[in-house]
Amino acid sequence: MIIVTSLVYLLAAVLFIIGLKFLSSPRGARRGNWIAAVGMVLAVAWTVVLLGRSFTPVGIAISIVGVMIGAVVGTLSARAVKMTAIPQMIAVFNGVGGGAAAVVAMSELLKLVGQQPNFQIDFPSAFAIIIGGVSFAGSAIAFLKLQELMTGSPVTYPGQQLVNGVLGLLILALAVVLLTVGSSALVVTALMVLALVLGVAFVLPIGGADMPVVISLLNAFTGLAVAASGFVLGNFALIVAGTLVGASGTLLTKLMSDAMGRSLTNILFSAFGQVQVGAGVASGAENRTARSGSSDDLGTMLAYSRSVIIVPGYGLAVAQGQHAVRELADTLEKRGVEVAYAIHPVAGRMPGHMNVLLAEANVPYEQLKEMDEINDEFKRVDVALVVGANDVVNPAARSSPGSPIYGMPILNADQAHNVVFLKRSMRPGFAGIDNDLLYDPKTVMLFGDAKESLTKLVVAIKAA
Amino acid sequence: MSDPLIALFTSFVLAIFIGFEVISRVPTLLHTPLMSGSNAIHGIILIGALLIAAHAQTPVEIVLGFLAVVLATINVVGGFVVTDRMLEMFKARQPAGEKGKEK
Repeated sequence: MIIVTSLVYLLAAVLFIIGLKFLSSPRGARRGNWIAAVGMVLAVAWTVVLLGRSFTPVGIAISIVGVMIGAVVGTLSARAVKMTAIPQMIAVFNGVGGGAAAVVAMSELLKLVGQQPNFQIDFPSAFAIIIGGVSFAGSAIAFLKLQELMTGSPVTYPGQQLVNGVLGLLILALAVVLLTVGSSALVVTALMVLALVLGVAFVLPIGGADMPVVISLLNAFTGLAVAASGFVLGNFALIVAGTLVGASGTLLTKLMSDAMGRSLTNILFSAFGQVQVGAGVASGAENRTARSGSSDDLGTMLAYSRSVIIVPGYGLAVAQGQHAVRELADTLEKRGVEVAYAIHPVAGRMPGHMNVLLAEANVPYEQLKEMDEINDEFKRVDVALVVGANDVVNPAARSSPGSPIYGMPILNADQAHNVVFLKRSMRPGFAGIDNDLLYDPKTVMLFGDAKESLTKLVVAIKAA
Repeated sequence: MSDPLIALFTSFVLAIFIGFEVISRVPTLLHTPLMSGSNAIHGIILIGALLIAAHAQTPVEIVLGFLAVVLATINVVGGFVVTDRMLEMFKARQPAGEKGKEK
């Protein structure tokens, strides 16, 4: 039995590794996900076989009912979620995993109440509870921020550092008590509660725009919490799968923050929004005026240009305008206008998010250009059509060192002969910074909901 | 450290390296699906949840076991389904892309 178990878990681990490998290449990604799912089914099914008759009656009942509830909730929410809300959905799925790891460790520790401390169990348990709890509560805050159920801007208050410091020390003290005195219901519960509070405190001061990176980091955290639970239970599958996610998730987090041109520490600890107050980037904004145009004029301009680059942003997704933008592109192409989409690495709310959204609207693959590929094209292009994007074309990232987005790679939309912004208002983007490009003489604004504006433009182009 | 623990620890260390190696080059296009897919993989905690649920006896153990199973299952099932949904779109795009070329 033990040998078979080891082999089944090993097979599952191999499938996870192959799955991850495939997931990181465009051609095999979907297959990769399936391969990993097969590994998961194998490992779980064999565990059930292994437990076999040792299930208590209650154990069987809660396992079956629990799996059924979880499967229904998981499937329904994953099926129903709009593609624009994918980031917060991932946050939820990640958070519950972290919560599960913490609960497993908690349950194991509670069995040891009254016994001598046992380092081999106590240490990984404490780790799983702390990291899993942080992941659960942190993901919940990330969800609330992205779902706009709470403010997306960083939440700061006086003495925040002190509070967080005290919180960290308390957790450390509890862990030490656990390791030296042994497990008790009070210590275990207190550890869990404080870990949850720490998770909230950790994510609150981080701005909504940085949530994807935070979710990725918490994803890695959950992986590590799962691995720690694996040490608690002496389970190979948990350790290997959890560690794989922990390690690859850490790397992915780094790749993501690189794409935003920022360091991870800067994202986590700078209280993003605060910087802009001191930097005074928005100074004088009130005196400047932006030029706004009619959809007819802009439609004519687009219709008689030779080439157009569309820069889609989150505003497009919010307005559900993916299909309208595709119609616009098709109409322009019929008139012989060259059309391409410039996709900023962090367009949308998560790296790769915009590709998912445009794919949903069947935008041809070869029209989607990544930033490095298209940035030199902007200076040759007649019109850069910015649809619901803002920060990713803000020249401040290149020119003003005081700006919080300084150093972030941006799309060179400002180099195009003409720039058209479809925006709801002059309001700054997600990062909360004013954009000089809006006031540039070659820029024309078309205010309104992205989808409506696009539809009007299509009509105007057809009439031109 | 006992022998089994050493073996587990060895697997742990090796898994760290594999985790780093396996996704060394990922196009940004796939960052979101990859995160979502690896998110589903840590749903393996379902095994741990089942291990504690199976032998649950006291009311506290029963509640914790049940909670762990529900949470872990949402993680696994939701994670794989949502990843597949995302990737399905990339696949659906291929024929559309070829049509674009023919034009």
